[in-house]
Amino acid sequence: MSKDVFVVMEQRDGEIQKVGIELLGQASKLAQDLGEKVVAVLFGYQIKAQAQKCIAYGADKVLVVDDKELEEYLTEPYALALTQIIREEEPEIVLYGASSIGRDLAPRVSARIRTGLTADCTGLAIDPETKLLQMTRPAFGGNIMATILCKNHRPQMATVRPGVMKALEKDESRTGEIVEKTIDFSQDTHGVKIRKVAKEEKKTVDITEAKVLVSGGRGIGSAAFFQELGKLAEVLGGEVASSRACVDAGWIDKSRQVGQTGKTVRPDLYLACGISGAIQHVAGMEGSDFIIAINKNDTAPIFDVADVGVVGDVKAIVPKLTEAIKKVKEEKAAK
Amino acid sequence: MKIVVCIKQVPDTTEVKLDPVTNTLIRDGVPSIINPDDKAGIETALQLKETLNDGSTVTVVSMGPFQADVALREALAMGADEAYLISDRAFGGSDTLATSTIIAAGLKKIGFDLVITGRQAIDGDTAQVGPQIAEHLGIPQVSYAEEVHIEADGTVVVKRQFEDRYHILEMKTPCLITALSELAKPRYMSVAGCFDAYREKEVKMLTYEDLKDLLDPSQIGLKGSPTNVYKSFTKQAKGAGTIYKDLSTDDAVAAILAKLDERHFI
Amino acid sequence: MDFSLSKEHQLLQQMLRSFAETEVKPLAQEVDEEERVPFETVEKMKRYGILGIPFPKQYGGQGGDTLAYILAIEELSKVCATTSVILAAHTSLCSNPIYEFGTEEQKQKYLVPLAKGEKIGAFGLTEPGAGTDAAGQQTKAVLEGDHYVLNGSKIFITNAGFADVFIIIAMTDKSKGTRGISAFIVEKDFPGFSVGKHEKKMGIKGSSTCELIMENCIVPKENLLGQEGKGYSIAMKTLDSGRIGIAAQALGIGEGALQETIGYVRERKQFNRRISQFQNTQFELASMKADLDAAQLLVYRAAWAKDNGQPYGHLAAIAKLFAADTASDVTRRCLQLYGGYGYTRDYPIERMMRDAKITEIYEGTSEVQKMVIASHLKVK
Repeated sequence: MSKDVFVVMEQRDGEIQKVGIELLGQASKLAQDLGEKVVAVLFGYQIKAQAQKCIAYGADKVLVVDDKELEEYLTEPYALALTQIIREEEPEIVLYGASSIGRDLAPRVSARIRTGLTADCTGLAIDPETKLLQMTRPAFGGNIMATILCKNHRPQMATVRPGVMKALEKDESRTGEIVEKTIDFSQDTHGVKIRKVAKEEKKTVDITEAKVLVSGGRGIGSAAFFQELGKLAEVLGGEVASSRACVDAGWIDKSRQVGQTGKTVRPDLYLACGISGAIQHVAGMEGSDFIIAINKNDTAPIFDVADVGVVGDVKAIVPKLTEAIKKVKEEKAAK
Repeated sequence: MKIVVCIKQVPDTTEVKLDPVTNTLIRDGVPSIINPDDKAGIETALQLKETLNDGSTVTVVSMGPFQADVALREALAMGADEAYLISDRAFGGSDTLATSTIIAAGLKKIGFDLVITGRQAIDGDTAQVGPQIAEHLGIPQVSYAEEVHIEADGTVVVKRQFEDRYHILEMKTPCLITALSELAKPRYMSVAGCFDAYREKEVKMLTYEDLKDLLDPSQIGLKGSPTNVYKSFTKQAKGAGTIYKDLSTDDAVAAILAKLDERHFI
Repeated sequence: MDFSLSKEHQLLQQMLRSFAETEVKPLAQEVDEEERVPFETVEKMKRYGILGIPFPKQYGGQGGDTLAYILAIEELSKVCATTSVILAAHTSLCSNPIYEFGTEEQKQKYLVPLAKGEKIGAFGLTEPGAGTDAAGQQTKAVLEGDHYVLNGSKIFITNAGFADVFIIIAMTDKSKGTRGISAFIVEKDFPGFSVGKHEKKMGIKGSSTCELIMENCIVPKENLLGQEGKGYSIAMKTLDSGRIGIAAQALGIGEGALQETIGYVRERKQFNRRISQFQNTQFELASMKADLDAAQLLVYRAAWAKDNGQPYGHLAAIAKLFAADTASDVTRRCLQLYGGYGYTRDYPIERMMRDAKITEIYEGTSEVQKMVIASHLKVK
């Protein structure tokens, strides 16, 4: 009989990644609805010390595999270890972060144990009657949402988008069980070797690829203000874009221009700063998922397409907003 | 080296729009395209073949309905040597696990040294089929390939992209790579290629009958799929936005901050 | 009767459409404003075989047909008529006569590199005093031993500024009238050959339209295309076939304009409604669509006739007359739907209107097309 909600923790350089902590928060809710426990699965090298952190964030039990083979992520050693644990422990649910690692590992494991896997979930819930895990995810380029079930195979597995689930408040006083597992890595016959690991250098910008765009229009007043927009973009993990007016004024490079004569963008977040929203501009950005507009003029057409519109002075708001976001992020990181 | 690229024909989701009245997807007139990551995979395979210049071949494989024929022809017109369409009513309703099981059987039938799949399809975004095929074939995988080259002794060297770092990995064939669309900018079909795709080359069919010795009927189609869609719904249509007027700068900042937080941007 | 494109033509159309949208369209405005030849596009057209579509592979071509070539002109014209005229002059007016009238040696020497796109071609017929009246050629060619000596000048020659190979029409025996006209293959480096004044034009501004000057230009005897005295006939047949290309260009410009306008009227709001909701807009678009479809059928019919070895001269004239007229009409009406924005260079519609006009003029004015059609009707 399968039981418990497992979370595959993600670590890089021996540090637990945020997405795993978020998953522990969600797993706690699911486990509560099932009347079961939250189990963190922690792989890495010299990682044991992190087990307590999993407990503080909601794990009732931590299964640790501490082995040199698991120091840097490679598919097969991780898949071997996880498959063995799933077979031994028979979890009801296994959750992974929908990160590069989770999305590489989870399908491999799902195929090995022949169970279902739902990718990139944004919502997880337990059906009160059937006790099945309802896994909700966007599909069709985000145009529709689908709720997926895995009725007859166990565990029910899902990868979950980072940033979607809420972590619990850290509670150092929580207690839980820490169990060490050993895995026989000699079964790894894949022979994939790491030649080099390197932190990524910054690549050239393509605003059509950016998830977040902070875009400036004539209302920002000067080329210099793009530096402020740049700082805001940086704290939001995005890029700076522009309306045509600023490009024509020579304030910014043409490659950043959004609109009829520039590029068409569909970021998750489009922050229009001092952009009036001429039809030529709107044509290039109205497909954005979420649009925030700041403009002095309350009749600016940009407000017609904005999800959130703020009538105000962009030059006063932007620097304060950047600082406020920084502060919030620091607070979140400190938790 | 026999390079096999798995491709999927997908609706161009950037062309899909929501009907503002019924709040349903407008699928009519949405063009079908080769999934972009898969197309980068085709380009990579063609470049590897050209660089190796040793009689290596590029085979493209797709699973889907008959209409997927045109996607395979496109790959042939880009320069692929041969194409297979895995198609059978028995395969309908397959989820990623069943799909990968069927494609893996097709690949066993066709033969391969290096398998390339796209990272993920734009209509499903699951990124599962590639790694699952590798598992069914019992070969190593490297997903998120951003650069690939093959060394003189046949070692496959891949630059793998993660969020904050990359790995340079090496492995021997047979193996599987999942391609990011950044891997290579796909070439266009050539004019002669378009004609050759129909006049000189063919798309070979693989049906259940052709693959039955390699398949367990309980693992394919709807009944071989552990997951199923319980319900689907469109996101709430965009209503009119919220407009804040007459706020002080600090209040405006707070309002934006709250929205950003609510939408998980921070 | 089957009105659908074959599968290979459909695939080709898909390729051309995405090539045009991705590679050609982004440059169209710049090419127009800077009046520059889009050499980067020419290079890409070479890579994908677009510069040799209707010729057999044995001559460096792609093994396609006239319809395939027409599809290329149509798709490119939707986004940039400068680009399509470069292709049209190269293919219809230079490579094609060599393919149809050249010797095997001439084909190997000239058609192969032209079809591969290694060389670019042009065609010199028009003179200051011989436009619509093409028979009034003043350029002379005199045989002197193993070579001809050419003297005279040509004007309004498309691709002239950068072409490598020219078909030049010249008078070899004035006493014989049109039967004293001959055609020559002239390389840009032949002694005595030079490119003169560069025209500043209203539309297709990126294409290179220049004067050609021949001063004691030495052309080897073996570069005579066809027989002496057949030049006029070669020129007329070349134009017959070239007209299908220009008809396709006109068609494409009109279709491109309609496409852009549909996009615009769906966005543009006036009186709190999208202007697409006004019946005038809908009727205008519907009527333009009907005209464009009629033009398309005429253009495809002419290409089909040529590909099937049927007489097509009059069909090409009918197609060009109607398509060119439609292009000018459609672009003008589309601009009207744009209103003031359409008159600005922020939108492509004013360029399309300027570009459309030339299709009523070159490779035979609309009046010439009517003469050809009337003559086919045996009305004298």
